[in-house]
Amino acid sequence: MTDFIKTSASRSLENAVQEHFIPAEAPWSGIVRKGQTIRIEDSYGQQAIDTLFYRADDFAERYSSQDTMRTQGGAYIGTGTKIISNEGNVMLIMTADSCGRHDTSAGACSCESNTVRFGHGTKYLHACRDNFVLEVTKHGMSKRDIVPNINFFMNVPIKPNGEMTIVDGISASGDYVELVAEMDVLCVISNCPQINNPCNGFDPTPIRVLIWDGED
Amino acid sequence: MMHVRRSPEEIAANRQRYEEHQKKGLEFAPKALPAPSPLPAPAIDAAAIIHQETIPGGWHWSTALKRGEALRIDQAEGGSTVALVAWNAADTSERLNLVDTVKVQWTTALGKGRVIFSDMGRVMFSLIEDSSGAHDCLMGGSTAASNAAKYPGVKTRNTRDNLVLVAGKLGLTRRDIPAILNLFAPVRVDDDGGFHWRGKLSNSGDYAELRAEMDMIVGLSNCPHPLDPDPVYAPKPVIVTRFRAPVPAVDDLSRTATAEALRGFENNASMLA
Repeated sequence: MTDFIKTSASRSLENAVQEHFIPAEAPWSGIVRKGQTIRIEDSYGQQAIDTLFYRADDFAERYSSQDTMRTQGGAYIGTGTKIISNEGNVMLIMTADSCGRHDTSAGACSCESNTVRFGHGTKYLHACRDNFVLEVTKHGMSKRDIVPNINFFMNVPIKPNGEMTIVDGISASGDYVELVAEMDVLCVISNCPQINNPCNGFDPTPIRVLIWDGED
Repeated sequence: MMHVRRSPEEIAANRQRYEEHQKKGLEFAPKALPAPSPLPAPAIDAAAIIHQETIPGGWHWSTALKRGEALRIDQAEGGSTVALVAWNAADTSERLNLVDTVKVQWTTALGKGRVIFSDMGRVMFSLIEDSSGAHDCLMGGSTAASNAAKYPGVKTRNTRDNLVLVAGKLGLTRRDIPAILNLFAPVRVDDDGGFHWRGKLSNSGDYAELRAEMDMIVGLSNCPHPLDPDPVYAPKPVIVTRFRAPVPAVDDLSRTATAEALRGFENNASMLA
């Protein structure tokens, strides 16, 4: 495991209120309360951590990639990015980012899109959309509720002519993002199992999630 | 956390396969696609027209669209942006999926010959005619708040509320509104990811024709794009025409131009079998 990196005097490994280790390829979900900070750590480096957020008391309000991109006038996610809902509200704010490149244009892999992109022989491979479906159904939701997500640490440059490909991630072992919640949110993660593109170096590895209470 | 890594040989083989797909997607496919459709738009055979309507500026509209029919969207007076969403008529949980659309076709630039995918790896639309190729998959539409900031003191209609109305009138809810495609919105991304309005990519009188590849419900909103440089809220009408498209030939462009479209249509065929 990697060393713990301090981003605030009040945050240490010892005083995290939640610590979750998410195995390679697995989903996870949990509530982040208003004022709490969630750290998503790419423990081994070069992964894609597919993430969705839902308002905890009204799942019909959820992360909107288009509203997030439109509001900040750009395609990439970084420190200072406001995570915007489909109702135009700020759900979380990204307060720290040791990596510098995150995507929200390319969505999650699925068995179905893999057949189109990489051939029908890739249909029966574990995929993020299946992870999301399994995880959101625990909360009374369904496929209807799966929207375009954030891919933390995934490197998807878009060229001025529109070309868009997934290229090798730049995150190193222990890189992390931190987001402070501006409302109670349900966070749903798929630790991406994709092995057909370089989003995780063709080698899915475990990740860690830490949550701290607010500082005041 | 104990973890067993994949073998270097396995990783190398997967990387090689990805790079082959990437090369085809970036180098072959764009060359296989035609130039934009010429202007002005030719008349549609009157016998093929099922319905024609003018959507006033600021308004929403929805229609059924059966497989083999097409929708022409014609910004007759120029300068309009039309937001589009769609659902599979038989199962509205299957819907427009732009992230898959851009990812599997290796480009955010849609144009004549490209296709638009659902979340189930199937083709919803073929872009059989398109005079601009200047569309926006990324930014979404206007909201009450974005309009209030852009047009202070002016009463306006916006795309978000329009699409809530479209969904609500179809018995759907806010949960069912997918990310939207903005037709006639010349947005491009700079090297830092910033969005820019490239007005030169658009032409007065641009039109697009989308052929339905499954039975669908389609929703539209005709409101100015958030980046539209016109400081005055004055959305113009657009003409929508639902018509019977010619039966696709064996070598139909949208069905044969890319390996990804071929496989998408194979998924469609398995649904129809």
